Amino acid sequence: MPLASYALGMMDASVYAPEVFARGLPSTPQSSAVGIVPAGSIADAAAPLLALQGIGLSFGGVVALADIELSVNPGEIRAIIGPNGAGKSSLINVISGVYRPDRGHVLLDGVRYGQVPTQRLAHLGVARTFQNLALFKGLSVLDNVASGLAYKVRSNFAGQVLGIGRSRGEQRDSLSRAGQILEFLDLTAVRDRLAGTLPYGLQKRVELARALVAEPRLLLLDEPMAGMTASEKSEMASFVRAARDRFATTVVLIEHDVGVVMGLSDRIAVLDYGRKIADATPDEVRNDQRVIDAYLGVASDNEDGAGI
Amino acid sequence: MAAITSDLTSAPVLPKWIAPVLLLAFAYGVVPLIGSSYLFEAILLPFLALGLAGVGLNILTGYAGQVSLGSAAFMAAGAFAAYNFNLRVEGLPLIGSIVLAGIVAAAIGIVFGLPSLRLKGFYLAVSTLAAQFFVQWALTKFSWFSNNSASGVIDAPRLSIGGLALDGAVGRYLFALTIVSILTFLAYRLVSSQTGRNFIAIRDNETAARIIGIPVLKTKLLAFAISSFIIGVAGVIWAFAYLRTVEPDGFDLDRSFQILFIIIIGGLASIRGAFFGAALIVVFPLGLSRLGGFLLGDVFDSGVLDMSQRIVLGALIILFLILEPDGLVALWDRIRRRLLFAWQST
Repeated sequence: MPLASYALGMMDASVYAPEVFARGLPSTPQSSAVGIVPAGSIADAAAPLLALQGIGLSFGGVVALADIELSVNPGEIRAIIGPNGAGKSSLINVISGVYRPDRGHVLLDGVRYGQVPTQRLAHLGVARTFQNLALFKGLSVLDNVASGLAYKVRSNFAGQVLGIGRSRGEQRDSLSRAGQILEFLDLTAVRDRLAGTLPYGLQKRVELARALVAEPRLLLLDEPMAGMTASEKSEMASFVRAARDRFATTVVLIEHDVGVVMGLSDRIAVLDYGRKIADATPDEVRNDQRVIDAYLGVASDNEDGAGI
Repeated sequence: MAAITSDLTSAPVLPKWIAPVLLLAFAYGVVPLIGSSYLFEAILLPFLALGLAGVGLNILTGYAGQVSLGSAAFMAAGAFAAYNFNLRVEGLPLIGSIVLAGIVAAAIGIVFGLPSLRLKGFYLAVSTLAAQFFVQWALTKFSWFSNNSASGVIDAPRLSIGGLALDGAVGRYLFALTIVSILTFLAYRLVSSQTGRNFIAIRDNETAARIIGIPVLKTKLLAFAISSFIIGVAGVIWAFAYLRTVEPDGFDLDRSFQILFIIIIGGLASIRGAFFGAALIVVFPLGLSRLGGFLLGDVFDSGVLDMSQRIVLGALIILFLILEPDGLVALWDRIRRRLLFAWQST
């Protein structure tokens, strides 16, 4: 069954260009997707930009994700929280195609995928950051951010070497857009430093810049505030919000720090042991007894040593 | 004093192309006039050939992060391909043979780069050994490649560009210098282009590179192709301008290691580094033999020289890996900065 559905997903992807789906031509798979989403979700008639259907993933005997349903509406900031090992990062990796789920599908803009094609992710308008920094240490900050536009480059290496054809324009365009993003995220002062030499908090922000420069429709942030000080966290939160407002980007973020998430996100899904135990607005999640038992209670008990 | 300070403040903002242009002007204008034939034959020609091979390997290993132990095979492919094109295609100018030879080397590089799509690091290095052994075997086995010469030895044709004969040490030096300068300039352009940034991105974090939409497989094969092209042309210079007669055994695994050492000692991911490393590798045995002969006299014969050369070179590589992993380039930049600082503070 997983194999067959995988093949089906790939067929969808190859036969129909995603743009066709974006225009809403075959709306049937889309609406059926919404129909499967449980009534508890507040997904309305507007088609979700991203939907997960019955995602299951195990590593050997360890069940990382079990029957996860999730829908993300355009323009919202959607948080996924949960204790360590709840499956949050696995979920992001499934959405970005790094992992192939054992069961279930990912619907991006109405197109059904068994495994999201990682290589085409940027073309689909999806960008992500990584929990453990994944910058290109040997490139300057500006070049790191400009590399976020590499997927658009049409000129070949010969044109670039000789400086002919469209390569000059592309080079100028990507560097100027990278410069704008650096300004937006207040990174202009370090644009010529090697990324590997920056302090941790700034590297996290450069990674956000690299993801944002492509102006993605869907931005996946894997613990963007992990290991930051309180002031850095609130700064990062304001950057995420500003990015959503400026680029109309839909944001899915994974976070440990419940306080930051409550203030930042529109809806929160809570994972525990690979299962979704709650999916609601911050206020409702805050008062959900199961969430308090699974996560908030534990976190407040050992606040000083949280996550260690 | 005021004049000196203003001079100093203007020094760091000199455009980047000044130093290479001055160097080239010196290499073209002054060196041919003052150099002895020994300088060309024993130092500058091997330096240019190995430096260019280092540039090629640095694109693959230093920039794109794919370790290769097959450099000598690509040099051999280039040398023998150029020989055969020159021999068998009527009326093809020498430059045409050289370009075609580079393309042949690039094609072989792509074939032996295919394992890089699955293998990384040490395992990839071992798989590139296949190129090393296969090419050497094929060139020895099929005497067609060496025009049925009994020993597999090929003799270089006369060098000429556009009807201008380039015989003699100086002519061959100018021939090598011209090709090396052009290819090095293009390599420099390449590593600062978007393609060059893609190479570094794949080296530093392949998963992230794939996620942001860099075509990883295509880019890796491109790195193999470009690198092999440059190394192949370096092989042509090695065979046609430096040694004049070569055999497949001259491109053995030792040569591949030599080129790898050049970029490790000179500095990974640096175009200048390849030439720094090549200079050291070429000058070092000569200096060692002079020094040994001076200190020990007749005891220091060629056997002792060969052995002591290996020992000192090995020690040097270990020292560089521990103390200066960024190679001679980093050392050079640090010394230059110190000198500039010391000069400014006086």
